[in-house]
Amino acid sequence: MAATAQPNVKNVWLGGVEPMKASYGKLMMWFFLVSDTFTFSALLVSYGLVRFSYPAYAGKVADFVSSPAYWPIPEKVFDALPFMHGLHAPLVFVGIMTFILILSSVTMVLAVEAGHRMDRAAVEKYMLWTILGGATFLGCQAWEWTHFIHGTDNGTVIKELVDGSWVSKTIFGANLTENQYGPPAFADLFFFITGFHGTHVFSGVVLNYLIFYRTSTGFYDRRGSYEMVEKVGLYWHFVDLVWVFVFTFFYLV
Amino acid sequence: MAHVHEHDENAGAEQRKAIWRTFWILLILTALEFLIAFTLTAGTLKTAIFVGMTIVKAFYIVGEFMHLKHEVKSLIWATLLPCIFVVWLLIALMTEGGSIFDLR
Repeated sequence: MAATAQPNVKNVWLGGVEPMKASYGKLMMWFFLVSDTFTFSALLVSYGLVRFSYPAYAGKVADFVSSPAYWPIPEKVFDALPFMHGLHAPLVFVGIMTFILILSSVTMVLAVEAGHRMDRAAVEKYMLWTILGGATFLGCQAWEWTHFIHGTDNGTVIKELVDGSWVSKTIFGANLTENQYGPPAFADLFFFITGFHGTHVFSGVVLNYLIFYRTSTGFYDRRGSYEMVEKVGLYWHFVDLVWVFVFTFFYLV
Repeated sequence: MAHVHEHDENAGAEQRKAIWRTFWILLILTALEFLIAFTLTAGTLKTAIFVGMTIVKAFYIVGEFMHLKHEVKSLIWATLLPCIFVVWLLIALMTEGGSIFDLR
């Protein structure tokens, strides 16, 4: 190899230049997100496996009643709204949550764009909106979990084998072993998948807050680069991306 | 990636326009998903439509918001190719699930 310092197309992988035209930190964020993709994929594919191993509900959608014998229809399970007790509003609340998360992704990318222009005030403003969106989403999820755990007014009557004889029993809501909406595995997967996603949202909000704090103290102005906003932005968009898949495969299909 | 900070006020405006365009696409797709959820009967067609729309949404989030569409080819392939393993896992475990159903 000729001892020139000028990189050309042929020696781009031999060191001294950035072949992927991205900084070390950004690349590592990308590769972390690829590994996180596998984690979430494993959870969602497991959902598919367990769902396929149970019979589907065969009757008319309007006549649906919850039973541990078959997989529930999501729109019949997630139909509640805060402050609207007893109202049947299928998937409306989860739709609002989706909207909030998409909007917070938009404000995040606007913060990244403002960072490119070194516009500190705009970065601060959009980071605050993003944090607000994330916190609102977490609040919504907390409400949804509470409702899911406590259950509906009437509950579901199930038959259980106790000491060799069948006894009827009414259960309300769901936990890891009992589930009024369907097979217990449905509730387990709900807790694991939305819980793991919620944990990601939570750490995203913490990271966003740190970025906001460092922006407002002028740290990135002194450093001369707002690239940290971009890296955390990648993480935040990934959380939104995962929700798009959770929304489809848990709530719609 | 040319880092020009100061004189690109117009370029920034163009980027913001692209961001809001992506937002509207995502919003309309989500609204359409809602519409389909309550109009079509459950079946292979409905599932296929949902999966297709989800992939389109993922394309816009990863391509525009995460900027992957505008990165160099080696970075695009380094992130997308490993996802083949997810497709393999999906096919393998769906088959497995069907088999468990038959045995139960």
